[in-house]
Amino acid sequence: MQEVYAHNRSIIHQMDARVKVIFTLAFVIFLGLTPFGAWHAYILFLTLILSIGLLSRLGLGFILKRALIALPFVLAAFPLVFIGPSPHITLNVFQGIQVFYSPEGVVRFISIALKSWISVFASILLAATTRFPDLLISFQQMRVPKLFIAVIGLMWRYLFVISEEVSRMLRARTSRSATLPDSPHVGGTVFWRARVTGGMAGSLFLRSLERSDRVYAAMLSRGYTGELPASDFQPLSKSERRILGIGLFLVIFLWALGLMTGG
Amino acid sequence: MDNIIEIDNLSFHYPDGKMALKGISLKVRHGEKIALVGANGAGKSTLLLHLNGILEGMGQIFINGMELKKDNLGQIRGLVGIVFQNPDDQLFSPTVFEDVAYGPIYQGYDKKTVEGKVDQALAAVHMTDFVNRIPYHLSGGEKKRIAIATVLSMQPQILVFDEPTSGLDPRARRELIELLLELPQTMLIATHDLRLAEVLTSRTVILDQGSIVADGPSTTLLNDRELLKTYGLW
Repeated sequence: MQEVYAHNRSIIHQMDARVKVIFTLAFVIFLGLTPFGAWHAYILFLTLILSIGLLSRLGLGFILKRALIALPFVLAAFPLVFIGPSPHITLNVFQGIQVFYSPEGVVRFISIALKSWISVFASILLAATTRFPDLLISFQQMRVPKLFIAVIGLMWRYLFVISEEVSRMLRARTSRSATLPDSPHVGGTVFWRARVTGGMAGSLFLRSLERSDRVYAAMLSRGYTGELPASDFQPLSKSERRILGIGLFLVIFLWALGLMTGG
Repeated sequence: MDNIIEIDNLSFHYPDGKMALKGISLKVRHGEKIALVGANGAGKSTLLLHLNGILEGMGQIFINGMELKKDNLGQIRGLVGIVFQNPDDQLFSPTVFEDVAYGPIYQGYDKKTVEGKVDQALAAVHMTDFVNRIPYHLSGGEKKRIAIATVLSMQPQILVFDEPTSGLDPRARRELIELLLELPQTMLIATHDLRLAEVLTSRTVILDQGSIVADGPSTTLLNDRELLKTYGLW
């Protein structure tokens, strides 16, 4: 597993994390509020975030590929195609086989798919242009509850440790997954494999639990009180406020456009 | 076929571009016990992970005369048993029996044969009474023995160890050395424990920055203070 943040200097990388966090949040919220079928607005939202992506010099291919992570979640909206609002239309697939679908449902499904994909795109852009500690500090300055920030911070820190643990376990298992030259039954039954995987998950859980105890003891012995060390609070500069203002204005403008053109 | 392992000009670099192995060539004879020593980051573990194709570098590896290739990986993994440094990575089942049985079940043996192989493997590490215990609750030395049993149950011809004595208390360490002396397989042991290397192996290979810098009788190499100092082993 790798951190998304790519150390690649650009205007977007250098920008104050708070500007990026607030903008991304507003972007995702207003995009979410844009009505179904407002295609013009979607295209403009996408254009806006693509332009920022270009400015960040990350390589659009990199972000677009990563944004596909939204795909499985989008499938949850797929039933809308069939159970969307009436009227339903009959479609002859083969002779004698008919499918009912709702045109309104199709519009909703495509809208949801596009919106999720563009939102994920925006979030990835934020993560890839901002150092994680900077994100945490900006949350702190934006008065996000400290416990919440501590949880995010620790989760991020140990995600890497645990994923490495997982890869070591898988490596050890692969090493013992041998075959015989002439045996047809290789790999055991599906049920047995599921059991083994379950065992691995359980063992990983126990190890993580034990590790968290050790980490917590080490943190306490270094004087941890449940708070991140306070950071210097510097108000946003004039130009940063202006950039944020323009960004927010654009997002709200696109949303209003969506309200006027969308279903 | 005299050599059970033949490595010919093996090189490997990690995805970040760091060269981990540079032109390694090594021949290991049947039944030989070899210590692989070197400072941290010398490439010991990386080399071991090539022996059963977990990592793939440039160059050729022959195990028991078979060239290691994608289509015989499964067979080679049955010949080369790797015992990893941390037994917790290797033991993942609710009981010792299931852990030791993993290899033979995967190989497709029937229930009776699997039970026989588990018994044999546990007997070889003197842990027969532990068959129904929970691996998670065992001591470090006991886990290590079970980890060895989990590869012995596949009846490998080569045993590969990564830091076998790390984290063991003196008694567990001594008992492990005694156990390893009993096992007849060809062994390749990556270790910082030079005493273990001297007691257990007849030949020592020193790795430094991905290359073999010395290869000779353990008694000679491991008593050469200057040599050991040069490569960060003393």
